[in-house]
Amino acid sequence: MELCARELSVWRGERCLFDGLDFELGPQQLGLVVGANGSGKTTLLRVLAGLSAATSGVISWRGSAPDSLPFEQRGEIAYRGHLDGLKRDLTVLENLRFYAAIWGGEMNLDELVADLALSSAAHVRVRYLSAGQQRRASLATLKLCAAKLWILDEPTTNLDADGRSKIVGWVRAHLASGGIAVVATHQPDEFRQRGTVLVEL
Amino acid sequence: MAPFLSIVDRDVRIAARRLSEAANPLLFFVIVTTLFPLALSPSSDEIREVGTGVLWVSTLLSSLLALEGLFRSDADDGSLEQLMLSPVPLGVTVLAKITAHWLITILPLIALVPILALSYSMPITALPTMFYALMLATPTLSVLVALGAALTVSLRRGGAIVGLLVLPLTAPVLIFGTRATDFGLHDQPTAGPLYLLAALAALALALGPIAIAAALRVGME
Repeated sequence: MELCARELSVWRGERCLFDGLDFELGPQQLGLVVGANGSGKTTLLRVLAGLSAATSGVISWRGSAPDSLPFEQRGEIAYRGHLDGLKRDLTVLENLRFYAAIWGGEMNLDELVADLALSSAAHVRVRYLSAGQQRRASLATLKLCAAKLWILDEPTTNLDADGRSKIVGWVRAHLASGGIAVVATHQPDEFRQRGTVLVEL
Repeated sequence: MAPFLSIVDRDVRIAARRLSEAANPLLFFVIVTTLFPLALSPSSDEIREVGTGVLWVSTLLSSLLALEGLFRSDADDGSLEQLMLSPVPLGVTVLAKITAHWLITILPLIALVPILALSYSMPITALPTMFYALMLATPTLSVLVALGAALTVSLRRGGAIVGLLVLPLTAPVLIFGTRATDFGLHDQPTAGPLYLLAALAALALALGPIAIAAALRVGME
């Protein structure tokens, strides 16, 4: 299995967020993380992305720990959380161009922007966009990286119906092309498909 | 190399759009260095004696002011975690950010120093040495302040703590920098302290980014 979590537990101070969590995901599989507010969904996703450390337990992504990926595996994991990673003082297009250069992705940015109905906002500084448009621009950066594992933390927040179906479609397409996705959401039915692994916290 | 330039380009663009913020350390530098001659006795000999020290300490404090929040805005809007997950090694990212901020805030400051040095009635012949010393010393200062900034990235306001953490480490730079300038003032050979400053810069630029990257990983938890 590509992504394995064994006996995973995270304590924050005296509080146990989750304990003894086991799951594994293979190609084309989607993991849905569900749970009440404060149950540790974001923490679990950050641990999977290698941004935080687990208190105990092991995670392996294609044989390596996510927080110390060997050089040739760097960039295989994409994480989009509550923070959108966009610079407020740059325009949408400038932000996308920056991430394209960082990830080395080749992509027609104008088409990408048009696909997300952001064409009219492409040359507007992110500061002046609505929350939904900012979320769209943040999710657009997913298309610029060649990551095999997508880790998305409530990707549909602030999105309208059209935006939600777009991101669900992207996740489906990513899975169909052999990728893996872990999504934390309060609306699991939007994403659920055959072979979905439910991780309840 | 391309990602390095992209990061430098991004930070310079952002600074250009927030000019008042980027100009803060420079203004601080000008204010402090022009206040001293007003407060001291106007005899030019005395002013020349303290001038070296004042200019160097002001440079040190301005670079502290300039780079203390180096990583905070990136941490606040999530672009730091994106950079950590990107294929670009974190050390390269760190070096690019330091380079960008050196270009934005420290380079204009060095350009101003000759004018301010003249107000301390320093001879023009002493200016080249001061310029070389600043060019060699400020990269080291930037790396040290960036290390403090990385360690305090999760704090809302790190200013005073960064100062406490970093200023003791900057003592060698301050000592060799003022030494070189003093030697230049008194027409003595300046190669010794300048070589030492260059050695410190090489050490800081080679090892600093690795330490800063490790500090950021801890700070972002």
